Amino acid sequence: MEFGLLQFWEAGWVLAILRGAAVTVAVGLFSMVAGIIIGIVCGLIKWAKIFPLSLLVDGYTSVVRGVPELLVIYLLFFSSVEFVTRIVTAFGYTQAAESGYAFVIAVIAIGAISGAYSTEVVRGALASIPDGHIEAARALGLSGRRIFRRIIAPQMLRIAIPGINNVWQTTIKDTALVSVVGLQELLRISYIGANSTRHPFIFYLIAGGVYLIITLVSQAGFDRVERLARLRTRG
Amino acid sequence: MDLIQLAVPVLLKGLWVTVALTLISVLIGFNLGLGLALMRLSSNAFLAGFAKYYSNMFRGTPLLVQIFIFYYGLGEIGLVRDNALLWWVISDGSRCAVLALALNTAAYTSEILRGGLMSVPLGLVEAAQACGMSRLLRFRRIEFPLAIRQALPAYGNELILVVKGTSLASTITVLEITGYAKRLMSQTFAIFEIFAIAGVLYLVVNLVLIALIRSVERYLMRHEAQSKRVSRPQLDQSAAA
Repeated sequence: MEFGLLQFWEAGWVLAILRGAAVTVAVGLFSMVAGIIIGIVCGLIKWAKIFPLSLLVDGYTSVVRGVPELLVIYLLFFSSVEFVTRIVTAFGYTQAAESGYAFVIAVIAIGAISGAYSTEVVRGALASIPDGHIEAARALGLSGRRIFRRIIAPQMLRIAIPGINNVWQTTIKDTALVSVVGLQELLRISYIGANSTRHPFIFYLIAGGVYLIITLVSQAGFDRVERLARLRTRG
Repeated sequence: MDLIQLAVPVLLKGLWVTVALTLISVLIGFNLGLGLALMRLSSNAFLAGFAKYYSNMFRGTPLLVQIFIFYYGLGEIGLVRDNALLWWVISDGSRCAVLALALNTAAYTSEILRGGLMSVPLGLVEAAQACGMSRLLRFRRIEFPLAIRQALPAYGNELILVVKGTSLASTITVLEITGYAKRLMSQTFAIFEIFAIAGVLYLVVNLVLIALIRSVERYLMRHEAQSKRVSRPQLDQSAAA
């Protein structure tokens, strides 16, 4: 193997990999934010059993959690390609929109997936709040909005942290799947590198290593947040 | 109607590949996972450390990266290319996918089984020891049945993740449901319809798996149902008294 780490450095692949990693983290963060928003809204609907909407939410979570992520991504990409290219060409930004479009669809796809998992986490967290707390707040004459803000939301968020951590870990790993539709994130860059240098082993190994670093660092971050949340309850 | 006639037989062909990939990788992955869980709990620091790093590595990286490393990466190494058995596994997409899926699910399974094994009350193990059971017998009769009972619901979720994971085999030329679905989508442009049919097939596989796990669970928990039937009236009587 003449292709060592030195050549890897000289050919500029390190920068490319780092850029890919940044895109991966960005897709992950945006999707996670979208997923948490979806999760809180849908989780509340499911918990409060708001009738026609809860059926929709049930359908959404069971389809997205039961069908492979790759299939969901294909659905969203292929069904939007034609539509988007028509709009983009009408406005005349073919080049500029290409990469931005892949990014947006990736965030929508991964966000929809992490939203389905977050919904279950939020619903579980809401279900574990003792009924007595809400009854007590009601007996004190707090308004519904205030009960949510002062009683439900803080407890729910604290209970949901470990679950949200799990969702984040799967979300960051799911971002690898959008490489198959061409978004230049970490795995896609490695794929390009592997094909152009003919050294797939080292490129995919490095990609795996970078993913590992991302998940380990975020795991450490979540552990810290969890500790902080627990300390606050004691104090 | 034409579309259904065209798509359903093709996707059904993919269904068998998906089922076969799932079954073989689960079979291998469960046994590896059990071994890893035992290694993790053993007092040998080397074995425990190996199991821990193995599971962290496979759980910390995307399955797709693992599949690419095995399929594209390992072929580059001379040692692997010269070994007939390894080359036989690596050179074919579906065998490679099974390898990656099995090793991946083994990592998750080991965590689930470890949780189950740790939940076995120490007193029961000591009682078995006091009865003079050998280590193997103790594991077979006491620890494993109790652990699997505890671990089964979580393992059911893992099985569904394996079914979903098989879809990644389509990226290394294996034509299973997702592979055929992608091909049909680009041939017919009936994207949503193809997605719906493929999705239904996956949901059916998952529902069958969930039903299977439920029935195994009911079988393992058969004492619970009986004791409930016995204890309920007793409780009512005491409440009445």
